[in-house]
Amino acid sequence: MPSRAKSPEDASMEDVAAAAAAQTSGQKPAVSMSGENVGGLEEDDLDASGEAAEPEVEDEEELQRVKILPGSSETAASFEFLEEGHTLGNALRYIIMKNPDVEFCAYSIPHPSEAKMNIRIQTYDTTTATAALEKGLQDLEDLCDVVSEKFWKARDEFNATKDTAMQE
Amino acid sequence: MAPSSGRRSAPSKEQLEDRNTVGINKETVTNTVSTDYPDHFLDEDHAWDVDHFRDNFHIQFHQNDQFDSQFSLIGLDASVANAFRRILIAEIPTLAIETVFVHNNTSVIQDEVLAHRLGLIPFQGDKKGLRDFLKPFVKPAEGADQYSTTFDFNTVCLKLNVECTHNKDADPNEKDPKKLYHNAHVYAKDIVFDPVGDKQPEIFSGEGIIKPTNPDILIAKLRPPQVINVEMHMHKGIGADHSKFSPVATASYRLMPTIKTLQPILGADAKKFQECFMPGVIELEKVTKQEASKKGSGYEGHQGELKAVVANPMHDTVSREVLRHEEFEGKVKLGRRRDHFIFSVESTGQWDSDELFIESVLTLKMKINKLKPQVTNMVRNF
Repeated sequence: MPSRAKSPEDASMEDVAAAAAAQTSGQKPAVSMSGENVGGLEEDDLDASGEAAEPEVEDEEELQRVKILPGSSETAASFEFLEEGHTLGNALRYIIMKNPDVEFCAYSIPHPSEAKMNIRIQTYDTTTATAALEKGLQDLEDLCDVVSEKFWKARDEFNATKDTAMQE
Repeated sequence: MAPSSGRRSAPSKEQLEDRNTVGINKETVTNTVSTDYPDHFLDEDHAWDVDHFRDNFHIQFHQNDQFDSQFSLIGLDASVANAFRRILIAEIPTLAIETVFVHNNTSVIQDEVLAHRLGLIPFQGDKKGLRDFLKPFVKPAEGADQYSTTFDFNTVCLKLNVECTHNKDADPNEKDPKKLYHNAHVYAKDIVFDPVGDKQPEIFSGEGIIKPTNPDILIAKLRPPQVINVEMHMHKGIGADHSKFSPVATASYRLMPTIKTLQPILGADAKKFQECFMPGVIELEKVTKQEASKKGSGYEGHQGELKAVVANPMHDTVSREVLRHEEFEGKVKLGRRRDHFIFSVESTGQWDSDELFIESVLTLKMKINKLKPQVTNMVRNF
């Protein structure tokens, strides 16, 4: 593995981080990622009257929280999640590691005072990193369904036995 | 076994148990990392498979009171169990006092300290109203009116207006301030719900009124003629923002302890062995004739003597006391089951504790569902 300190990859990563910071700070909406927030009108509005309540609410809903970090290829990619932490990171890492097409998966929180979580996925050429991420999310959702289904059943059974015990 | 799991060969039962046990020695721990991943073991496929998970995962309830429940999740990885625990503490929304308007406060408690104390009081009310009718509060934009986003569906008003006065009927020799004065102690039950809008009086009425879970929380002590007159706004929030919003007093898990006796422990040793653990963990039983007559069992000639039997390892604290005594060296192996999580969820009162866990599972699911379109969107723009 090349040394991480001087690679051109890192330089471009910093640029992107700076751009993201500018975007999230809300002062100047950078180029819209979703394509729905196009046009300079809103920008002017913001400059004139500070932040209006309306666009802020909208922003929250359509803010793109996942992105691919620079230097990623089809089968080896790093994803950045905003507003996520260990809760999702570790669980997602586990379920992605369970995928036989994945060679490597790890997550990290680069800095504790930034609400960011990075996931690195490297796959064999039988799939792509993005596909592995999508499968991971789906698998984790399936897991949740099984847990809640079984939990409710176990609870009802336990309460039923408790009730009959009390009646006797 | 599910055909889709593609498992090539199954490990033996002992192997599985070994892998699932974290070893606990006198000074060290062993086998701490989970290994259930594809390619970890040759000829074994550990790929994720829902059906396989469904067959192997089960839940055992130990206690289920309204505000305190204990249950075991068996067959789960620590990363997922930990996600549920973290969500329980930090991501399930509850209603708590967020803003305090102090009209008058001549008590010895400073306004900001009083406001902080009020914020930490847990409240309860109609569950459906709290969950579905009330929405999270959105802060007004900078420069906008302070109350431009305050509505009956995201704010609950409370009032606390108490004045300490002399009790004219009190015995002149009375020393107890509670009898000597009216309102010498201000309790959580003195806070009154002040419904606003059309729907709040309807939803939060009767049993479902907004009130403190524990009426006897002491807020302040007063003497005549001190007064506290405050109005409060409650909002919905999450524990990640402030711990007053956390729906649980504690939400924790521990791994199921295992105690394995490798050689018979008999007589006085058995008694001592029992005392090394929490009560109920080890029971003493008499060696039966059958056992005593069986060659190689270690019980030969000990019929009628007491032997130590592991009865209920769940109650053990894994203190490792037993490992400090020479006579038990090599006779006992302590451990914990890696995939057996004994959860304990203690609610602060706004939710029932079993509901809370279900809610944590749903919250994780919701998180995922919000991210799925985001990932798709990301690919489109890459």
